[in-house]
Amino acid sequence: MRYAEAGYNLEVDLSRGSIERVETDPKLTELHLGGLGTNSKLLWDRVPPEVEPFSPDNLLIFSTGLLVGTPAVGANRTIVSTISPQTLFMAYSMMGGFWAAELKHAGYDKVIIRGKSPDLVYLWINNDKVEIRDASHLQGKGALETADLITAELNDPKAQVAAIGLAGENKVYFASIEQGRSSASRQGIGAVMGSKGLKAIAVRGTKDVFVARPAEFIELCNDVLKYIRFREENPIPGVMPILAGLGSPQEMAVYDEKWHTASFAWGNARVRRRNFWTEEIEEKWTNEQKEAVERLISCYNCPLECGAVIDYPVLGISKYMMKCFSKLTYTMAALTDSLSFGFDIAGRAQEYGIDGFSAPQVMAFAVELKEAGILTDEDFKGCPSDKEGRFYWLLERIVRREGIGDILANGTYWAAKQIGNGAEEFAHNNIKKHEQVPIKLGMLNPIYYLMYSTGEKINITQIEGQFPQAPFPTRKEREDFVKDWFQVPDEKFKEYFVNWEPRGEYSMPYYPGIEACCEIVDWMERMHYIDDSLGVCAGLSSFPLKPPYHIHNYPKFVSAGTGIDIDEEGLTKIANRNRNLTRAVNIRRGMRRADEKPPENHWRRRFPELEKELLDAYYKFKGWNKEGIPTKEYLHELDLAYVSEDFERRGILKNEQS
Amino acid sequence: MSKAKKTVKVITIDIEKCNGCRACEVICSSYHAEPKYSSNNPARSRIRVIRDPLKNIFLPVYAGEYTPAECMGRNKYIIDGREYSECDFCRASCPSRDAFKEPDSGLPLKCDMCEDDPTLEEPLCVQWCLADALVYEEREEEAEEEPKQEDMEIGLRALADKYGLKELVSAVARMAQKE
Repeated sequence: MRYAEAGYNLEVDLSRGSIERVETDPKLTELHLGGLGTNSKLLWDRVPPEVEPFSPDNLLIFSTGLLVGTPAVGANRTIVSTISPQTLFMAYSMMGGFWAAELKHAGYDKVIIRGKSPDLVYLWINNDKVEIRDASHLQGKGALETADLITAELNDPKAQVAAIGLAGENKVYFASIEQGRSSASRQGIGAVMGSKGLKAIAVRGTKDVFVARPAEFIELCNDVLKYIRFREENPIPGVMPILAGLGSPQEMAVYDEKWHTASFAWGNARVRRRNFWTEEIEEKWTNEQKEAVERLISCYNCPLECGAVIDYPVLGISKYMMKCFSKLTYTMAALTDSLSFGFDIAGRAQEYGIDGFSAPQVMAFAVELKEAGILTDEDFKGCPSDKEGRFYWLLERIVRREGIGDILANGTYWAAKQIGNGAEEFAHNNIKKHEQVPIKLGMLNPIYYLMYSTGEKINITQIEGQFPQAPFPTRKEREDFVKDWFQVPDEKFKEYFVNWEPRGEYSMPYYPGIEACCEIVDWMERMHYIDDSLGVCAGLSSFPLKPPYHIHNYPKFVSAGTGIDIDEEGLTKIANRNRNLTRAVNIRRGMRRADEKPPENHWRRRFPELEKELLDAYYKFKGWNKEGIPTKEYLHELDLAYVSEDFERRGILKNEQS
Repeated sequence: MSKAKKTVKVITIDIEKCNGCRACEVICSSYHAEPKYSSNNPARSRIRVIRDPLKNIFLPVYAGEYTPAECMGRNKYIIDGREYSECDFCRASCPSRDAFKEPDSGLPLKCDMCEDDPTLEEPLCVQWCLADALVYEEREEEAEEEPKQEDMEIGLRALADKYGLKELVSAVARMAQKE
């Protein structure tokens, strides 16, 4: 009897058209839990470093998290892992929604796709019955449109569909996989799906998912719900509205965008518009948002309403679902004052299936290159001259890979290389070839320095979290904050925060001290790795301040859910194992210390010596050598001896070095 | 039949507040698992959310009586510009659709308001609906007393309809011999 998990993966080879239901080894659950952990294991075991992202030998893994399908609140994530065409490292983009739970109920923990179909197909998983079906009639269709057409042709409105749009079919390096209100957007996993000739995966499941110790498990769920209600009624005082509550930042519910609009860098991550948020703008944007948002909506088994149905009949687009920050990214990148534009273009972009972070930056990058004379009138032939019109025009070119769009479709890093002539200077907001959140700040933040440098997701939102981003102004406020901060793994974190001053001796960049920074980053990252293996949304756990899931109740969830008895130490060890195995996949693909740095202009005030010390200390803290490679001793400690042996065989680790 | 005081349990469903999360389905199926909470499967839930976000349809419906007959309920309702099928509002476990049936046996499901010993304060779907789309109240009404059809009888009725009473009787007889 397997608890929490189905105990079976679905192996699909699109080259041969074969489908197998394969029982998994329960030992792997004990070692890695599920989700990201077991995905990393599969990529390590089966995708050697010479495999190119678009090779049939690359795997595209759709995984549920271990607790998905149990009543654990917010356990609904699909973790999609593959090798990214953009970074050439491992990508593990994730999505909420309803797809993962449906897959678990169909009797599978993962769908593992390999090979390449000669014709466009989709996969239909209906409990034990699994078919590869022709999708030629869906070619070029939008991602949401595809989902509609598939559920109609299957005559099963309860089927959940994850699909790519035109961008994925055309292998745009920042193509997403869309699923109703959710999407797995980062690092071009939609392009990998397109390269395999796979348009969509539809799934319907009606099987039971069991938990090992029911009474105990449901009690834990009830406690989580109770605490969510408490947090909803008691937002954190003194922080901006989007940080006060739970969930992913409540962009659909919150109208006050002073902080984002004034603090983030507009255009190609360049311009701060400090005085943008006037009363006039506030009124206009509030009205636009009220008109656009029809209803706030949730993911499977989660009371947080982080998404919205967008119905804005003045726009020329159909209704769609939006969440989080894509509301602002296009508007800010295009440097317009219109929020309606943001709602409109994001809707179109979602049907095409591209990432709402990277796409606007690529477009703003193209506009800058044009203004700098590096891209020419010829490249922009037929493009309107207004800010919004240019973005619409670029969107259409990119998703079709037409003209200049064919180059831009590779993202700013690769496009700049292809364009040459100084274009590289304009691809300035990347880490490991991947576009970052458009924010440029003054003083180096040592905690964020480490997170930006070392996060394996290559995306700040997947490592940052529950330690406040900045000190609160007064000691009194900080003391109040720590009073009911029971989520900390250790009391010392309260002290770090209480002593943290906005100015003076105990302020950034030298406070928190190096050791404290290591501990803080490690704690936040650990929680993300646990979430991503269990499939619990970061919005209820690692991301917001004072979340309902934390290091003290997670071991109980795992124990009662799976029957694998585990304590905080044991869970931390699994998180470390998964974290290091994920890193190992990238190390084997060539990632080294030189890759681990934030954009040069991320902060105006940089401290190269301190930064070096921070990185040295963090590597040591993490059990990595000076190049950021996990040491032999540490790999052995994590039961990853096979990784160190592989590293030695390849000369990545030398005996004396480790 | 005699008139008696009867506690009527009412769940008010506010479809404008529903966010479509289906937590009600999760906790319902989990509560009714045997042993309690040992498994989860929304397909076994006695409440289901008809959810079509792009049509703004978020409609929690509770399972009611079993009926062996198909009905003519194919009419359409347009409410606040949204089109519902008559069938959407229906609580019946019936041959026209797969709702409110056990996925493997096809046996009918019916909401029992989580009646149990000890009594729960509120049905669990209501407790788990933090959006307050489901609100529970009890009120007293006078009603004619009716004998309660037992769960087993409902199940047997459904099996008889599916396989024929004769088949069912001989199957039971066979089972009894093997015991």
